[in-house]
Amino acid sequence: MVQLALVIDLNVCVGCHACVTSCKQWNTSSGYAGALPDDNPYGADPTGVFFNRVQTYEVGAFPNTDTVHLPKSCLHCEDPPCVPVCPTGASHKREEDGIVLVNYDKCIGCKYCSWACPYGAREFDEHEKVMKKCTLCVDRIYDEKIPEAERKPSCVIACPASARIFGDVHDPESEASKMIQKNNGFSLMPEHGTKPANQYLPRANRSGD
Amino acid sequence: MHPAFSVIFLTTLIGVAQGLFTALMIGQTYELSDSSLNFGNDFYSIGAVLVLFFMGGGLIASFFHLGRPERAWRSVMMWRTSWLSREVIAIPFFMAVTFFYAYLQYTGAQASTTLLVGLIGVIASFILFYCTGMIYACLTFLREWATPLTIVNFILFGTASGFAFAAFYASISAPELISIYASFSIVLTLLGWATRIWTLRRNAALKPKTTTQTAIGAKHSQVRQVSQGQMGGSYNTREFFHHKTAATVKKVKSAFLILAFPIPVVLLFLGMGAESSFILLLAFVTQYVGLLAERWYFFAQVNHPQNLYYQTIS
Repeated sequence: MVQLALVIDLNVCVGCHACVTSCKQWNTSSGYAGALPDDNPYGADPTGVFFNRVQTYEVGAFPNTDTVHLPKSCLHCEDPPCVPVCPTGASHKREEDGIVLVNYDKCIGCKYCSWACPYGAREFDEHEKVMKKCTLCVDRIYDEKIPEAERKPSCVIACPASARIFGDVHDPESEASKMIQKNNGFSLMPEHGTKPANQYLPRANRSGD
Repeated sequence: MHPAFSVIFLTTLIGVAQGLFTALMIGQTYELSDSSLNFGNDFYSIGAVLVLFFMGGGLIASFFHLGRPERAWRSVMMWRTSWLSREVIAIPFFMAVTFFYAYLQYTGAQASTTLLVGLIGVIASFILFYCTGMIYACLTFLREWATPLTIVNFILFGTASGFAFAAFYASISAPELISIYASFSIVLTLLGWATRIWTLRRNAALKPKTTTQTAIGAKHSQVRQVSQGQMGGSYNTREFFHHKTAATVKKVKSAFLILAFPIPVVLLFLGMGAESSFILLLAFVTQYVGLLAERWYFFAQVNHPQNLYYQTIS
């Protein structure tokens, strides 16, 4: 079974937010997800829906600290807790490629799936009144009108540092799988047994530098 | 979590309804056990209509929770996996049985028939309690909810408030039942008080499984967020934080621990002795207000793991 996912190299991410803005741009203009709305973007209290956010942490004790940028979108869990709780079946995991999606025509906007996601990966669209989330650019990766090299999620193409690797993590020969194997890829909050498909490559230990 | 008033009213109102239906059946059983008693069919049919009234109120409140209420019918689809879906089926089923019971009592059907339908209704109401509780208890990583105590509390608070209302109702139309209903409510309220305090203690002692370390995969013991990635708020900062001070949350806790339990017990006791409709109504209203506060706290107390990603703006 294919499980498409992202592998994000935390050694490489510089926290530029290009993945955030390109995601917003693609998913607002592509039409599949509908516009990802913003309210008061230039006002006093701006807010908006994003599928991907970069959050920054300081790890370690001063002066020996690391600044870690953590880009986070839906992790397309292999055992997604958001799917079984959905009362309508709008929230589902695709058999063919493991992408977790919301059918926006079936969603009743009860928000229960967002409670069931420990990662806060789902964001409610106050304009369309349905739950939204990363689609792994499902409307792009299979589009044969796009040159083959660009049939990747928008965030992957946008990343100037190539910190994001897209591929089938169930195929041991894929670049994504090889990177996970080689660099001890890890998942977020493994204690909940959600088995996130998206993996992160840890900061290399540079104490010997 | 941000407490949604739609869900607070839904869960408390249907709790009253479910308790009231059980109270009606206790009343009918008591009536049949003593041939000198006769409360009349109207007592039961009007009582069942009151059950439907509380259920309807809860149902109306629940629609305010939905972004797309016109699609609500779809929520019966995933009953195989979703406790919310099961609740959505259990609610109309319980209401249909209650309606049928009211109809049978209204038309003067035989006691054996009404008892059978009533028994099905009581079973349906407890299935509904279980579904409602499991909606919260099944979310294993929301550890404040993931305990059988959640279901026990829903059952005890619902039945206690339902019997309190039944005591008031009996004071108007079947005074012989006041002491039974009030006594039931007192016992259930005291039990609920105990299990709620037990739950508070349990939750206070919870050690978080998820830490900033596991949330971002850092090994170092010292980790702090320096940016959440945006200056403004988002769904994540609105839905999963209550945005109230710790002092307010504490006040709500103190309020519900007094309003929902000891005061109603005293009022029920006094109302039972004086057979006073006013005191019994006051007991019910006080308890209901207390349970609203309890349900608010039930949501506010939950520390969602996603909050670890929203610790600081920048």
